[in-house]
Amino acid sequence: MLLSIDLPLIIEKLVLIIVVVMSSLVIAMYATFAERKVAAVMQDRIGPNRAGPFGILQPLADGLKLFFKEEIIPNFSSKFLFILGPSLAMLTAMMTSAVIPWGDTVTLFGREIHLQIADINIGILYVFGVVSMGVYGIMIGSWASNNKFSLMGGLRAASQIISYELAMGIALIALLMITGTLSLRLMVVGQMDGVWNVIKQPLGFLIFLICVFAECNRTPFDLAEAENELIGGYHTEYSSMKLGFYLFAEYINMFVSSSVMVSLFFGGYDIPFLNDGHMVEKIGQNWMAVAHIFMFLFKAFFFVFLFMWVRWTIPRFRYDQLMNLGWKVLLPLALFNMLATGAVILYFTTK
Amino acid sequence: MSITQILFWLLSAVAVGGAIMVVASKSPVHSILFLIITFFAISGHYILLNAQFLAIVNIIVYAGAIMVLFLFVVMLMNLNEESAPPQKNKYILYGGTIAGASLMLVLVAALKQSAQGRHLMETNNGTGGLIENLGKLLFTDYVFPFEISSVLFLSAMIGAVVISKKEA
Repeated sequence: MLLSIDLPLIIEKLVLIIVVVMSSLVIAMYATFAERKVAAVMQDRIGPNRAGPFGILQPLADGLKLFFKEEIIPNFSSKFLFILGPSLAMLTAMMTSAVIPWGDTVTLFGREIHLQIADINIGILYVFGVVSMGVYGIMIGSWASNNKFSLMGGLRAASQIISYELAMGIALIALLMITGTLSLRLMVVGQMDGVWNVIKQPLGFLIFLICVFAECNRTPFDLAEAENELIGGYHTEYSSMKLGFYLFAEYINMFVSSSVMVSLFFGGYDIPFLNDGHMVEKIGQNWMAVAHIFMFLFKAFFFVFLFMWVRWTIPRFRYDQLMNLGWKVLLPLALFNMLATGAVILYFTTK
Repeated sequence: MSITQILFWLLSAVAVGGAIMVVASKSPVHSILFLIITFFAISGHYILLNAQFLAIVNIIVYAGAIMVLFLFVVMLMNLNEESAPPQKNKYILYGGTIAGASLMLVLVAALKQSAQGRHLMETNNGTGGLIENLGKLLFTDYVFPFEISSVLFLSAMIGAVVISKKEA
């Protein structure tokens, strides 16, 4: 009894992690392609259509191009931190996917496998912890570049993420008061029998959505890389695949935060207007799980599309407008939402 | 050794090593990054003690928010090895060493004397750190200190806003 290790469990989790990470990467890869196509449609263009049929090999061409670009590390930069920056950005982008429930259980080789890497009972707080770590990738990279524009971009990103985290957290507290659990799996299970949380918490969802846009540094909140004032923002000095990591991390963040929103507010893998019990009897548990995964991905892709839609529709905020929105509008609204939710719950439970 | 013990020694080594590097490294930015590593190691200890809420709050609040502000200030002031003022006063060094050593002496003596000396760690099976139990305890037995400390935080926040308004 030196080390008692449950070997099948470790293999199971390892396979699950590899599958989740790989599919996140592929989805993010095609999100870059989708972004270019969406932009093209919105601007009445054709978009990339040369590499492969309909241009579907375009992400591979982009990736190869980034790999073959010259790798430049500025002379005056701190080399270790310069490399650490994009690595951290990528790492924190991937880590959030650990607590997302992608589907129900499947039975393979006589084992019940939950389609979730880790069902920890503080799931949503874990997401918060990783999100608050995400800012380090940008800050360290921007400081290590030893460039004024980079530093400005990094500082903007940091203050923006900290400011919007507050409203995001308070909007979530109202949701937690309703669900009564912090585990993402239990939240989804709770929504499968009842109505989706977005109906109970419309204001909370709106605040959460706006804050997610700000946390991902997406337009209209992409002040950190405002190219007409800061050149490239925090990644001005980066080239080759290190730049690719920063850009790629943004797309992974988009997909993962879409998944979090789906799990929290839109029933996760729940298929609407369908009695799951009957379906399981008809087609079996494993096929039901496959249907659940497709439903989940469909919902998540809708939100990824929303990110792009907003980007090509709404212009960027000014910096003071951004701070005013965060502190003077969203934070009071989130506080009001929390108090109102608490009052309603108190009224109905004490009667 | 069980897996808990291995993890304990690993995390302890990282925590102590990180803490030493905070003091030893010349660049303030590196110091802050080592401090973040130390916070992560301590959060790992909390998880070993089954205090998940404390662990994640430690990461969100300390490693995620307060350290970002530290980094913010250091980066804005652009403190580097060259610009840091050389520490000339030796008496401060001696004083610090003596003060730190006496603190450690007191801590070790207190822990040796305490009734719980042999029962310091309750790994894996403690339930006191789970969020449900912690919340119930905070809002029943300890509700008064809890409210007092939240008022204290609120006044600190208002104070910060008032001071920053005065400067402008």
